[in-house]
Amino acid sequence: MSVGHKVLPFAGVALLLVAWDIAIRVGRAPLLPGPLAVGRAIAELAQKGFLVKHVVASLFRVTWGYLLAVAVGVPFGILLAWYRRGGLALAPLVEIVRPISALAWIPLAILWFGVGDLSAVFIIFIASVLPLTVAAMSAVGGVSAVHWNAGRNFGLSTAEIARRVLLPAILPRLLVGLRLALGIAWLVVVAAEMIAVNSGLGFLIIDARNAGNRYDLVVAGMVLIGTIGLCLDAAMRGVERLPALRWGYAGAAAETA
Amino acid sequence: MIPVPEPAPRRTKVEIRGLQMTFRAENEVRVLENMDLDVREGEFVCILGPSGCGKSTLLNIVAGFLAPTAGTVKIDSEEVHGPDARRIFVFQERGVFPWLTVEGNIGFGLGCLPRAERERRIAHYVGLVGLQGFEKAYPQELSGGMKQRVEVARALAVDPDVLYLDEPFGALDSITRLVMRGELLRIWRAEQKTILFVTHDIEESVQLADRVVVMSARPAHIRRIVEIDLPHPRDLSSRRYLELRDGIFEEIGLAHRI
Amino acid sequence: MTGRRRLEAILLPALAAAALIALWHSAVKATGTNVFPSPAAVARGVAELARKGLLVRYTRDSLLRVAAGYGAALAIGIPAGIFLGWRPAAARAANPVIQLLRPISPLAWIPVAIVLFGISDMSAIFLIFLASLFPILVAAMNGVRGVPAMYRDAGRNFGLSGGALLSRVIFPAALPEILAGLRIALGIAWIVVVAAEMIAVNSGLGYLVIDSRNAGKRYDLVVAAMLLIGVIGLILNLLIQRVSRLRAVQWGFREESA
Repeated sequence: MSVGHKVLPFAGVALLLVAWDIAIRVGRAPLLPGPLAVGRAIAELAQKGFLVKHVVASLFRVTWGYLLAVAVGVPFGILLAWYRRGGLALAPLVEIVRPISALAWIPLAILWFGVGDLSAVFIIFIASVLPLTVAAMSAVGGVSAVHWNAGRNFGLSTAEIARRVLLPAILPRLLVGLRLALGIAWLVVVAAEMIAVNSGLGFLIIDARNAGNRYDLVVAGMVLIGTIGLCLDAAMRGVERLPALRWGYAGAAAETA
Repeated sequence: MIPVPEPAPRRTKVEIRGLQMTFRAENEVRVLENMDLDVREGEFVCILGPSGCGKSTLLNIVAGFLAPTAGTVKIDSEEVHGPDARRIFVFQERGVFPWLTVEGNIGFGLGCLPRAERERRIAHYVGLVGLQGFEKAYPQELSGGMKQRVEVARALAVDPDVLYLDEPFGALDSITRLVMRGELLRIWRAEQKTILFVTHDIEESVQLADRVVVMSARPAHIRRIVEIDLPHPRDLSSRRYLELRDGIFEEIGLAHRI
Repeated sequence: MTGRRRLEAILLPALAAAALIALWHSAVKATGTNVFPSPAAVARGVAELARKGLLVRYTRDSLLRVAAGYGAALAIGIPAGIFLGWRPAAARAANPVIQLLRPISPLAWIPVAIVLFGISDMSAIFLIFLASLFPILVAAMNGVRGVPAMYRDAGRNFGLSGGALLSRVIFPAALPEILAGLRIALGIAWIVVVAAEMIAVNSGLGYLVIDSRNAGKRYDLVVAAMLLIGVIGLILNLLIQRVSRLRAVQWGFREESA
């Protein structure tokens, strides 16, 4: 790889920062901060100890909501794909519930779980559970018929086929789905934290504006969300690349980005 | 001269009667038409026909993966209702499980054996197919021919009485194919299994089989069964080989010059 | 699909839906809640909306916003994505930027949108545009990057270059992947319009969800609005799937027949 090639990603980000800076200086929106102002805002948060507090709070909610969604959505999706009739019956209903934005669930969340963390976790759960279901269904659908038949040929019981053929075979594609759903969960944290919680990056964004038009903090929150989202995505891609799983990399993980 | 008694005829292993298969998709497609066939124990039978004629369908029915529209398949006088670990299907190399090593694949059907016995068998079959040194490799690290060997070893490891092979060498280059045919015959003579082998390659069928079942185009029925009375190892330039081969060419209606 | 399967595909979901409604009804009765609506109450809510003319008006408003934002994303995202896919250097530079901006929820952009456009339709449309842009951009980029070199070489062999090569070879080859991205983006656009309306405007289905609760705890209207959102989302998805099934592009979707 030439030096130029390696430098390009950083050049892209640098270009973005420069363009942003210029746009702010030249533009007519005095409230919006430039990159330097945002940098200072992040430093301010770190200094006051809020940086860690908000990041941890958001990560905490996302973790709970996401893990619950995995525990419910993945088995559900596998069952829907395994039992053809069940899939036919329920898949259309899943397709109706899926387009309903996480935000639209807020009134019901507040009704059922009151105001606070539980509602926020529920919103994250609702946003991720159906994408996970669909990802699991798609992964099961992608198992080669030859592998099913080989499992049956060797006299395996249904439970054994599930354990020794189905689960290993769906793993690469499922991981891609897990990664994408994690992205969704993280994206939704902003919506979830609109429910009167008082910590977290989403809360920061909303509160900073409401409490005093601190747009530098608003954008700082956005930058932090973007960066952490990038890291989460990179971490999941790392898992996909583990040697034990790399066999599926060529096939399944052609679904990049 | 003392009359030498004829060897007792080998008993029938696979009995196919009146087999018919019609696929109902958008419109009805009749794939197999009234097939009758007997396969003797220990025999190597090739099912030969052009692509799409239904020979793979036939094999899948005999192996129990598909139910025929009419007719029966009996193995050892027992009717076939589904796949069975005593009769293993060798798919093309894509049947190998990519998440298991060579060892893992070959040992796949051996779960109920005690550990020592399992390991012994795996080692034996690794040796039989010539993959020593690759026990811990994953299929993605192997060539097509090697993956095919893994699949054959996996099938043999459970000591089946019948092997079904569906164009197993189709994805390999022609040199590897010749080598693999030799290997397959060697293994067959050592293990004495009944083998049903589907192919579209006339030469391959004459090189391998005791009998070649020549199928017509769809809806398929048996055109002719050719006895290959060549001794092993087969001389591919002998007159008898060429005679048998040309006979089948003519049967299918193919010219000798292109 | 055969007649029986088609019947199943309609009957089974209908039965499941009926079962769910019945379950919902009993749950409401059993818990004696007077806040959460019963299925009948929701149906009455929908009728009320229709009577007041709000059903059509709000749906139309939401759809128009989606059309505007999504259309803008198409107009910018596809050419930009194709360019990035065509020039790998540009892609390498742009990728981290894209990966950084993508996880930022459109909701987080609301303050920025309001500063730029105030509380108006444009804010909502801007949010939809942002949310739809990334899937379309990335799909176009990957689609172009994924075109096998073989196709490009064949095109050049026949004397094509530049614009002609792009329009006659690269774009058609990338089309299946681009369509997949368009489908995802449409789903996202529909989700985001609802979210954007909850905050920045005062008409539309999203607005209805929030307003029904705030203005009088009309949970029957809340659930009615949610169901409408779901059904319209499903219809939009089906429509765009139809586009993917046109024969002209179907070649790229042959594996996805589920």
